[in-house]
Amino acid sequence: MSIPQEHDYIGLSEPLSSEKISYKMAAAAAEGVTPSLNVEKIGVFNLKETELRLGLPGSEAPDRKGGIGIGVSLFGKELKGESMCVKSFVSGAKRGFSDAINGAGKWGLSINGGSAAGLGENGGSNVKEEIPALKPVEERKNGASITAPASKAQVVGWPPIRSFRKNTLATNTPKKDDAAGKPGPGCLYVKVSMDGAPYLRKIDLKTYCSYPEISAALEKMFSCFTIGQCGQGLAAKEHLSESHLMDLLHGSEYVLTYEDKDGDWMLVGDVPWEMFTDSCRRLRIMKGADAIGLAPRTMQKCKSQN
Amino acid sequence: MDPEPKKPEDSPSNSGNSHGPVHPQSPFPDEALEKVLSFVDSHKDRSSISLVRKDWYNAERWTRSKLFIGNCYAVSPEIVAKRFRRIKSVTLKGKPRFSDFNMLPLDWGADVYPWLVMFAKVYPFLEELRLKRMTITDEGLELLAKSFPCFKALSLSSCDGFTENGLKAIASHCRNLTEVNIQDSITEDVGGGWLSCFPENFSSLEILNFSSLNGDVNFDDLERLVSRCKLLRVLKVNESITLDELQRLLVHAPRLTELGTGSFLQELTPRQYEEIETAFCNCRNLQVLSGLWEATSVYLPLLYGACASLTFLNLSVATTLQSGEFAKFLAHCPNLRCLWVSDTVEDKGLEAVGLSCPLLEELRVYPADPYDRDHLDGVTELGFLAVSRGCPKLHYVLYFCRRMTNAAVVTIVQNCPNFTHFRLCIMTPSQPDYLTNEPMDEAFGAVVKTCPKIKRLSVSGLLTDRTFEYIGKYAKDLETLSVAFAGSSDWGMQCIMEGCPKLRKLEIRDCPFGDAALLSGREKYEMMRSLWMSACSVTMKGCRLLARESPRLNVEVIREEGGNEAQALKVYVYRSVAGPRQDAPPFVLTL
Repeated sequence: MSIPQEHDYIGLSEPLSSEKISYKMAAAAAEGVTPSLNVEKIGVFNLKETELRLGLPGSEAPDRKGGIGIGVSLFGKELKGESMCVKSFVSGAKRGFSDAINGAGKWGLSINGGSAAGLGENGGSNVKEEIPALKPVEERKNGASITAPASKAQVVGWPPIRSFRKNTLATNTPKKDDAAGKPGPGCLYVKVSMDGAPYLRKIDLKTYCSYPEISAALEKMFSCFTIGQCGQGLAAKEHLSESHLMDLLHGSEYVLTYEDKDGDWMLVGDVPWEMFTDSCRRLRIMKGADAIGLAPRTMQKCKSQN
Repeated sequence: MDPEPKKPEDSPSNSGNSHGPVHPQSPFPDEALEKVLSFVDSHKDRSSISLVRKDWYNAERWTRSKLFIGNCYAVSPEIVAKRFRRIKSVTLKGKPRFSDFNMLPLDWGADVYPWLVMFAKVYPFLEELRLKRMTITDEGLELLAKSFPCFKALSLSSCDGFTENGLKAIASHCRNLTEVNIQDSITEDVGGGWLSCFPENFSSLEILNFSSLNGDVNFDDLERLVSRCKLLRVLKVNESITLDELQRLLVHAPRLTELGTGSFLQELTPRQYEEIETAFCNCRNLQVLSGLWEATSVYLPLLYGACASLTFLNLSVATTLQSGEFAKFLAHCPNLRCLWVSDTVEDKGLEAVGLSCPLLEELRVYPADPYDRDHLDGVTELGFLAVSRGCPKLHYVLYFCRRMTNAAVVTIVQNCPNFTHFRLCIMTPSQPDYLTNEPMDEAFGAVVKTCPKIKRLSVSGLLTDRTFEYIGKYAKDLETLSVAFAGSSDWGMQCIMEGCPKLRKLEIRDCPFGDAALLSGREKYEMMRSLWMSACSVTMKGCRLLARESPRLNVEVIREEGGNEAQALKVYVYRSVAGPRQDAPPFVLTL
């Protein structure tokens, strides 16, 4: 009985060097050579160098263990350690973009490499279950030999499912721990869109209890799109040029925003969690370039897009 | 004179001179031929007719009213305008199929606008436009809405580029609209406000499908629209419509033959439950049922009353459905011919299919969780076997699974030798037979050997060149072949190119086929619609060579950032009488 073969098609697991094309493994298999995982190829994950983050004010995404990281938490490392949100929340007041932007400092997202849990799509599933899964991978990533498939690198366009279908699947994936499999009346689905992504996702806000959870989940869900952008250039498994990666990092800073009951677009993280889930109607991962510096008109623009 | 469509030879001889121009060797006048041809619909037949002789070519082009263009770049608007003069219905297809899976960059092309400009000039009586995998902008929709006073039917399948503004133009200006059919749209939020733009006296709609658009619509406007369109027979709403809202719509349209529900998740009072159940019971003509978002077993029984005449059931997005309730539901659908389902029903659910659906001809099983490799649920070879045993008429299958065996497929095709479409997707690339650890060659070998009518094949799993030897040798009627992560060498693709006489569409990704393989098909490509090869071993040199040798082929390479200059990572080859694309974006190299 063979171990399912893991092929890292994206090729980000190797630091900036070209990689053999995956089918050669299949070819080897065909010739009767038992395919074994090429440990060297999958060995070194440059996870930290290429990470997608959607951090929130005052939080550090749970799977970050320090480390080099080019990436910056979405809502600023500067806010790390502060108690979340309460101090910036004035009762009854809502912060528009400009306030939040001026307060929070630099945001940005970096691109996720072959993170084990990073590229799977798991709309609506309980984030808590996934965090432990990340740890074993991170322990392995420092070059220890791997005997079991660790890479969940997602191949662009495989399996061949159409985009619109992915939208609906995001909502309806049954929770594994729910025997009845029926989403109860207490669920709170909101759509999540990302600028530039070909389709929307939907998540159930009730499955999350805090900002770090939702941020980690969205991170996973949408990292495949930023991969897609640089994945276009990696389809040949050629090396990712440094300048290319830098362009993506600096050019594509994302901001997580939500539309509240009044139709205003707010930054995620400003209000206490319960208030957020009560008032959030939809989420949007917006390009920072659109949000920063255009605050009054951005609000306008967001409204007119609805 | 009374021309009979089937026996043109029996028409009166050319002695009558009131019948118009007559050619010396033609047994009957042009007008007779044209009248006869006006009964011929199929574009394939018309194509054959036009090749017989010059006067037949002319008669055909004057009488053709339906245009079918399978590849918008195979011909140009100008050429079409010159040949055909009286077109009322146009079907246009654009991007290669792999664009559905995000393998084509945005702005690749297939913009319908230049075609619309031409149609506005030359075919003012255009009534129907059906697009597949094309880009249509709001500007295009506005041009469409304002240029054709007789316009009736708009069908957009897997199209993008538009927002609700374009649809608003259509709703506001097209007075005679009978069909607005938007399927699998790949747009972001389109918005639902366009539904409110139909004028108050507008009542001609027969087909309304906005199920894949995710904007919220104004329900009152929708209800009013449905209530005044008495001829409505197809209604497919989107997820924003709730169950009780659906009930109100059904009350206005009990004669529906096709229904796409909205969200099936709602807390219902007993009274609401009853009302909805009654509404469904009153839909006695329902043949097609889809939608059913978030449908859970709790509410499926609502549908029982509508299922007696159901022939097509699409439960593919009802991913919370489990096998027990699914089986119960199936018992109410004895006439099913076509079933689309999510793999959450598992093998047990498929066993129920085998038991309850003896008339089944088409089955599609979609994965609820395609990217989660730890997900061990879903369907296996056992489910497929069960269906094949109970459904001997099965001829179309699309099956996503995580494991398969050669032996199972051999048995399946023995049970169902009439397969015309066999699309098997073993979701882990290059996965062998899970019991024997061998390649899946014998499985697909069995398919092509046992099923002489096979027209479409998608292969997966661990495959060597042997699979392609089999396909090339046995699949005489094969028209479409999709290959991914398969093959061992150029020889595999060569077998296909040298066999498969009826091949029209070939799409390949991540296979070890190089220039020799590409060039082995150079005589074949002109007889095909298109070839797609991505992430193979083809080089720019090979592509240039092919382009040089074949002036009637367009050889295009899609350049990606960071790629090796010498490699051709995405190659699209298609025959064309229009020459190289004029609208190619900078990343598409036309050789």
